[in-house]
Amino acid sequence: MKEEIIIAGFGGQGVLSMGKILAYSGLMDDKEVTWMPSYGPEQRGGTANVTVILSDERISSPVLDTYDIVVALNQQSLDKFSPRVKKGGILIFDTSGIHKLPSRDDINIFPIKAMEATLEIGHPKAYNMVVMGALLEAMPYKLPMENVIKGLKKSLPERHHALIPLNQQAIEKGRTLL
Amino acid sequence: MKEEVRLMKGNEAVAHAAILYGCDGYFGYPITPQSEVLETLEDLMPWETTGMVVLQAESEVAAINMVYGGAATGKAVMTSSSSPGISLKQEGISYIAGSELPALILNVMRGGPGLGTIQPSQADYFQATKGGGHGDYHLIVLSPSSVQEMVDFVGLGFDLSFKYRTPAMILADGIVGQMMEKVVLPPQRPRRTDEEIRKQCPWAVTGKKDGRKRNVITSLELESARMEVINQRLQATYREIEKNETRWEEIEVEDADYLMVAFGSIARICAKAMEIAKEKGIKVGILRPITLWPFPKEAVEKAAQGKKGILCVELNAGQMIEDVRLAVHDRLPVEHYGRLGGIIPSPQEIVDALEAKLIAESK
Repeated sequence: MKEEIIIAGFGGQGVLSMGKILAYSGLMDDKEVTWMPSYGPEQRGGTANVTVILSDERISSPVLDTYDIVVALNQQSLDKFSPRVKKGGILIFDTSGIHKLPSRDDINIFPIKAMEATLEIGHPKAYNMVVMGALLEAMPYKLPMENVIKGLKKSLPERHHALIPLNQQAIEKGRTLL
Repeated sequence: MKEEVRLMKGNEAVAHAAILYGCDGYFGYPITPQSEVLETLEDLMPWETTGMVVLQAESEVAAINMVYGGAATGKAVMTSSSSPGISLKQEGISYIAGSELPALILNVMRGGPGLGTIQPSQADYFQATKGGGHGDYHLIVLSPSSVQEMVDFVGLGFDLSFKYRTPAMILADGIVGQMMEKVVLPPQRPRRTDEEIRKQCPWAVTGKKDGRKRNVITSLELESARMEVINQRLQATYREIEKNETRWEEIEVEDADYLMVAFGSIARICAKAMEIAKEKGIKVGILRPITLWPFPKEAVEKAAQGKKGILCVELNAGQMIEDVRLAVHDRLPVEHYGRLGGIIPSPQEIVDALEAKLIAESK
């Protein structure tokens, strides 16, 4: 098992923390993991992305050319990374704000209405967990939910642990969006 | 007891490791991409547990001179910075080397010259391995390629530095500093007591007791004949370090037709490039120097035997390649591939470079 994933969007959408929760969830499931962020000014309003690799074996490069799964949360990220999905791989993108659709026919494309779903839940900050739900559902490697919850606990500071049920609800909502 | 596996950034891991390896003092000044070292230490508040001092100095120059002072008393002290900040520290580093003191310096390299960029780079190879400050001196230079090695090299760096009374540097880069991966932390090593320090470091300025001569820590010796003796002693130490402490890792070197030499995080990208190359039928191995000084020249020479060519992959315009060329005496083609200014090469790019620079040429 090896999943090479990039999550890309605007700074502030929770891209890096979603990657962190995914990485921690993999760790709780006894996988090898790497989490490599874009860092610096990109975090402040520009684009942000994070590469997460989950694998049964030791991971070589934390930096990649092509990905099994691309999660794109804005047009810029969709344009940049959709050509870099491996043949037969997965592209998930939020349709909100997208005016130019990806044109590939050799990959599995999942447009999701994550922004709308988040508004239904009523907690804008849960957006990244809605997206995470869609990712977990689409990913061939089935990460057990109990390990995702453990991952959430590990990556959130204890003072925010009261929010775990809300995050769980957002993930479940996200799972229904494919 | 089962070791606890944690997920953390290279920079955070260094902070944890410093406390756990019994570091007495950290003196630093923030700069991207290594500010998490100081931030994590401030969060962990080790002054309340092990008694370790954590101090944000007013500048990099102040920080390295605090390290100089702490080291003179036999304490295990360290600093960290990134390229422009490390340049500021060079005078202090030269004084520490000249005074034959142990200290640990972490450089999480970013692109230069000047203020450059905050993105990863390996362009401080020359500075770290060939001097940096003035005078004939060397640092023991360790190059981590994983978060685990960031932890391990804090312990190793302190140990070697005390063993040889020579400052050690961990030469990391923005990738290893910022990435998160699994890490196993060491058990808490207690900080040494004053008594233990006096025993381990009889040269240290710990307060003169009756019956011994006073210890003087200085890098100044105006009498040339005596200064030459000090230099000779330093050189003898460097020869010992070369003999005993050269470290490297080889990956699938034996059966390969070509060799890639790369250090730090770039060696990891080369490992991925190696997988891609293998699928194309190209047999290439990797030699990763772990100590950049002392450079594993004999290992490189041996690994190069029977190979058709060497590709040095570095995040700079070609620095380590000089040591590789010296090691193999131009017996085979040695080419360089690198990206500059904070750009990270992709694995495919490295395979393309290997084909264009070595394989196409030899056909």
